[in-house]
Amino acid sequence: MNEMQLLTWARGTGLDFAVGIFLLGVLWRLIEIYSLGRKKDLSAARQAAGASGWHTIFRRSVPAEGMLKKSPVSYIGGYTFHIGLAICVFLFAPHIKLIQSLTGLSWPGLPSQFVDLIAVVTIAAMVVVLVDRINKPVKRYLSTFQDWFTWTLTFLPVLTGWMAVQHLLLPYTTMLAIHILSVELLLVFLPFTKLFHAFTVFGSRWYIGTVNGHKGVAV
Amino acid sequence: MREQEGRLVASLAQQGISRRTFMKYCATLASMMALPPSAGIAMAEAMASSRRPSVIWLPFQECTGCTESITRSHSPTLEGLIFDAISLDYQETLMAAAGHQAEEALEKAIEDNKGKFVLIIDGSVATGLDGAYSCIAGRSNLELLKKVAPHAAAIVAMGSCAAYGGIPKANPNPTAAVSVSDIIKDKPIVNIPGCPPIPVVMTGVLAHFLTFGSLPELDKLGRPKAFYGETIHDRCYRRPFYDQGKFAKTFDDDGARNGWCLFELGCKGPITYNACATVKWNGGTSWPVESGHGCLGCSEPDFWDGGGFYKALSMPANPLKLAAGAAVAGAAAGVAISFANRAKKGAAKAAHETTTLADLEK
Repeated sequence: MNEMQLLTWARGTGLDFAVGIFLLGVLWRLIEIYSLGRKKDLSAARQAAGASGWHTIFRRSVPAEGMLKKSPVSYIGGYTFHIGLAICVFLFAPHIKLIQSLTGLSWPGLPSQFVDLIAVVTIAAMVVVLVDRINKPVKRYLSTFQDWFTWTLTFLPVLTGWMAVQHLLLPYTTMLAIHILSVELLLVFLPFTKLFHAFTVFGSRWYIGTVNGHKGVAV
Repeated sequence: MREQEGRLVASLAQQGISRRTFMKYCATLASMMALPPSAGIAMAEAMASSRRPSVIWLPFQECTGCTESITRSHSPTLEGLIFDAISLDYQETLMAAAGHQAEEALEKAIEDNKGKFVLIIDGSVATGLDGAYSCIAGRSNLELLKKVAPHAAAIVAMGSCAAYGGIPKANPNPTAAVSVSDIIKDKPIVNIPGCPPIPVVMTGVLAHFLTFGSLPELDKLGRPKAFYGETIHDRCYRRPFYDQGKFAKTFDDDGARNGWCLFELGCKGPITYNACATVKWNGGTSWPVESGHGCLGCSEPDFWDGGGFYKALSMPANPLKLAAGAAVAGAAAGVAISFANRAKKGAAKAAHETTTLADLEK
């Protein structure tokens, strides 16, 4: 198999399987999670002012008082790489073209040099977050195989995409194929790992917020 | 006198090419191939003093586009004249001889220049049905290649078909077409892919061979690095528009009129290694992207099966077939599991026994 065949496989058969598994997994898990339901809470609501599901969705994105100082790497690093990732994935013109061809939706992109800069910042933030996870004994103790694995799954597409654009290490064709394959790996594992928070994060925040609000927990 | 006639420089002089023009040409050629300035002089000396090199050109499964490219589009430039000036001992399209005469010319050329001639091949080699899909004078291309190649000094696989199998090798490859390098393993082979390839690349390789007695530095696909070292995209004059995110969306929108990037219209420039963007075509007049069409990637292996010429490189190569089925299966699995969960919950509820105070005191 030469480079061109590898790239065509990645863009064709590989993508077909990856998107298939991704859709299967996402629908399966979403339906399963949201159909679980919960017993009706028969207690009288002790609604605290401002405590609700919707409020929690927003509130949990803001560091709790004193936490930013206590754990700056988690917050700043986390924010940086999440926003950086979103910019790289959704505002790079070739990616928009892919999304358009799959869904029909499109929007304007950003200049490629800007996305390039954001990719570097994202890579740096992800490395810092990883080093922090290794260095802090508590974080390391809490980390399981899945944490290291999902970090790698997320990191590889950013790194290989940036390397392809910069023509580093391998010819562009090969690196582009590897980049697409790494994204496919991410798509395959996303529904079955903690990466599924991409779909559930706001739903679960709303749920917890609603339960807490009912109990009158001050937010 | 005969000796003098045989020299390349004499042949050029006959056609009105001055020594100065010839020197300039060699210097340009040397710089194009990223050779030091002294190489230009060495090239000029080698070409001026050498006998016209014998070239045998065998056409296999091809469309004659490569021959057209070299003989027509560049005429009457120096590349064309140099091409005229080599001793082209066998080329079916161009030679006057035909039939048995032509075959005799081939035999004679091999005999006279054993181990010294350059063998140019355009077209892929059919291997299906023992090569019967493509025959010349009752012999298959496969047989002919195996017979002639051992006597050549070097082989030039001209065009994407000879270099990688090209269009005949495209799916479903009915003739089991392969490239020259798939058959011949023990000779120096230089691939000059392109559909057709750029004429100056051809003359550059010949000049290098004459001057240094060897083939130029090749990349891992057997192409001269000097011409195939960079991608079309990296040398494209429309590249700034790509970087700014300005793309033509159709072939007749404002973007297209303003000369914006053709990536979204399927340009394969980013994965295509060739010199079109710098050398251009028809004597430097223009090239595909300049004329408003994206690069097809014709100098890359299997370009024909690369997922469509008008699909952006980041788009799926084929329509997704599994997506709809997978979505239905996923939804069904989710529903099935949620029913199972509910049944489990119901069973737990049914099995629940009320604990009384008396039970605890037992």
